[in-house]
Amino acid sequence: MTSSTSSTVTLNINGEKHTLSVDHRTTLLDALRERLDLTGTKKGCDQGQCGACTVLVDGRRTVSCLQLAVASGEREITTVEGVAEGDRLHPVQQAFLDLDGFQCGYCTPGQICSAIAVIEEHAAGWPSAVTEDVRPQAAPPPLTPEEIRERMSGNLCRCGAYVQIVQAVARAAGESRTETEESAA
Amino acid sequence: MTTATSRATTTGAVGTAHSRVEGRDKVTGAARYAGEIPFAGLAHGRLVLSTVARGRIVSVESGPVLDMPGVLAVLHHGNAPRLETGYVGMLGVPPDPTAAVFQDDRVPHAGWPVALVVAETSEQAREAAEALTVTYEREPHDIAFSAGRSDARPADGHMPASTEKGDLDAELAASAHVVDEEYVTPEEHHAMMEPHAATALWDGGRLEVVDSNQGTTWVADELVRMFSLDASAVRVRSDHVGGGFGSKGLRAHQVSAVMAATELRRPVRVVLTRRQMFSLTGYRSPTAQRVRLGAGPDGRLRALDHRSLNQTSTVWEFVEPAAGVGRTLYDAPAHRTENQVVRLNVPSPTWMRAPGEAPGSFAMEAALDELAERCGVDPIELRLRNEPELGPVSGLPFAGRNLAACFREGARRFGWASRDPRPGVRREGHLLLGTGTAAASFPAGAMPSTAAVTAEADGTFTVRISAADIGTGARTALALVAADALRVPAGRVRVHIGDSDFGPAMIAGGSMGTRSWAWAVTAAAGELRDRLVPGGTVPPEGITVRSDTTAAVGALAQKERHSYGAQFAEVAVDVATGEVRVRRMLGIFAAGRIVNPLTARSQLIGGMTWGISMALHEEAVRDSASGDLYGGDLASYHVASHADVPAVEADWVDDHDPDDPVGIKGIGEVGIVGAAAAVANAVWHATGVRHRRLPIRPDRVLEAGGPRV
Repeated sequence: MTSSTSSTVTLNINGEKHTLSVDHRTTLLDALRERLDLTGTKKGCDQGQCGACTVLVDGRRTVSCLQLAVASGEREITTVEGVAEGDRLHPVQQAFLDLDGFQCGYCTPGQICSAIAVIEEHAAGWPSAVTEDVRPQAAPPPLTPEEIRERMSGNLCRCGAYVQIVQAVARAAGESRTETEESAA
Repeated sequence: MTTATSRATTTGAVGTAHSRVEGRDKVTGAARYAGEIPFAGLAHGRLVLSTVARGRIVSVESGPVLDMPGVLAVLHHGNAPRLETGYVGMLGVPPDPTAAVFQDDRVPHAGWPVALVVAETSEQAREAAEALTVTYEREPHDIAFSAGRSDARPADGHMPASTEKGDLDAELAASAHVVDEEYVTPEEHHAMMEPHAATALWDGGRLEVVDSNQGTTWVADELVRMFSLDASAVRVRSDHVGGGFGSKGLRAHQVSAVMAATELRRPVRVVLTRRQMFSLTGYRSPTAQRVRLGAGPDGRLRALDHRSLNQTSTVWEFVEPAAGVGRTLYDAPAHRTENQVVRLNVPSPTWMRAPGEAPGSFAMEAALDELAERCGVDPIELRLRNEPELGPVSGLPFAGRNLAACFREGARRFGWASRDPRPGVRREGHLLLGTGTAAASFPAGAMPSTAAVTAEADGTFTVRISAADIGTGARTALALVAADALRVPAGRVRVHIGDSDFGPAMIAGGSMGTRSWAWAVTAAAGELRDRLVPGGTVPPEGITVRSDTTAAVGALAQKERHSYGAQFAEVAVDVATGEVRVRRMLGIFAAGRIVNPLTARSQLIGGMTWGISMALHEEAVRDSASGDLYGGDLASYHVASHADVPAVEADWVDDHDPDDPVGIKGIGEVGIVGAAAAVANAVWHATGVRHRRLPIRPDRVLEAGGPRV
């Protein structure tokens, strides 16, 4: 149904299509939380400042509070609910759990989505503000704690779990590299 | 119907690392927080806050807003039910009138709640709230916080305003070395990641509130009193809580949601916006402190004088007892401390992680570093020379004071012995490097709590206690405590928390939660274990034992009970930009028995991370014209982010409170205490310039002078 204030949109979330009529003011974040009962994505500030609502849109990190639902059709959206394979946690999730990369847990889904994309962005050769050699032909820098901290800085954690989060991202990135090398070998 | 506890089962869960029992739910997004639990027929409330800092509401023009799509109600002082506010709540303080919304036409500060707009959807409520016209009769406001205000006066808060012994002037005059300095800390906000959220509904004659708070029986009790209800008619639940830090008690969101749910007879959810949190949910007051220390040539204190001023609102008095820190930490023949407040047209401050100790330790531990410099004594040695035998003010013995052990272990691991004490001499290109240290202490206490432990027929055990897990790992810790008391593996114990129907219990606050709850759980579990006959059977309904620690806690001998710590920091100061970056931090703590090393380490590191944030970043600035904050949001109010936090390490020495059934003291707050001072002292060591005003911003570093490129 389409009116002057609402439209029908089909959202592709975690590989599942949801067709719904949304108020044009509805953010992707509110559509997830209030319309689709996908409350794993958190609302920390609703202003794009804290990163708690980070989801992956076509594989890239997006703060879903600044994205309108009506403009999110035709995109592949991945939320924290969609990163595990059945009962098998994503390596980033498992590392957060094992290394205590969270306390209250409210920033955690955003941190996890962000971390998954950080590992992929890094593997794809994207530099960060702390990368020394940013020439296109340069080899990807090692994913040092400093690189992880810089790349994760859009995700606030007020409990102060940064130290453990960085350890968790490093471990998961290491596992992901090992897996890539094994499949290449 | 299986065998109950066998005496041969594995024990010793306390002290071993366990990942959080709710951890899987938190990393998969399955854990639901207060604003995420679905209700049929849910309506959404949005608060409207005052745009003036002082005055009177002349009109609330509800009519046009009620005609907007989906709008169900507009509550304000003209139509809201009257509330009872003349009581003293569970924590010994009257309610903050900021929570008792819509009772009169007065506006005592900017961002005061003036109306609630309720609509079918959150978008409709938001637009209608923004459209609501409220007119005010504006009056002049006063928000000028500074030392030396003539209307400042001593105030008690949760400790006496003043303590005094000895002849301060005489001892200062006789001192070989004197430090007399002023220290200033800014307004700081809790800024927990989950905004305050509550859903209220009436169900079968009972008021149900699904909330995010630090104590369900605490909030339930406040609602009972405020709405004049029977105690049995209110149930508050709070399962997962996205951080609290002192701010998540009774606030405007629960009260307005209850009003609207009562009016509309349907579930109403009120979630605060991030901006609203900056004026409705408390904060740490700025402080202006003066510390005078006098010492003999060897650095032994002869005089200690610490006075602190904080601001409070005109409607509620909160004392940030920064001057209390020296009452237990350091002794001197002449010893005077005093906390003062001044009432301004600002929002009400409240408890925030290590209230008093966090800003107080900055001033006291920075002043001691200055004294060490003047005496030519190593800062650690200075503190060791001033270890008191008894409580400096109370005269009571210490229930374990392992501060010296923290310093020795910390010094060894941090590499303190090789430190050159001279400031401003370590260069690395355009960076100046320095190290600093500071002591930490925070009171360790217990409050009465009740718990129930059930032996289930299937051989498992269920603990029920209205505890709160605000990120501390309380659920997991209590499972370990119960397992040991029952002498069963932790995997056989499940813990239910966050429900006021479980009976009264301490809140998650004051570093007293886990200790208070563990006491009650141990008592119930121990009695249950005694009642279970080895090899006997458990009936289908299980066997439940309830405990109440009121008598046991009340019988606790009066002692100086504290957790301690030694903080170490290394900083690099960019002489070109003035930027200070922490390179590494180490904290060694003596905080009683550590229940779960995995989560305890996280909590202590979290506190230290707050210390970095306090030292270098956090500062809420008020605009004198509007009386409101410049940028009350997470972009303008900077809390430490990933890039600000380097290798931070926390560890502990053996410590044990002999009077606690489990040996617990408390770890929630001690991690931040002294941390900002350690950073500030390191900045002096790097640059030779003392920074007595937090945060140590780049512009302040540049303006303060010191070595240049």
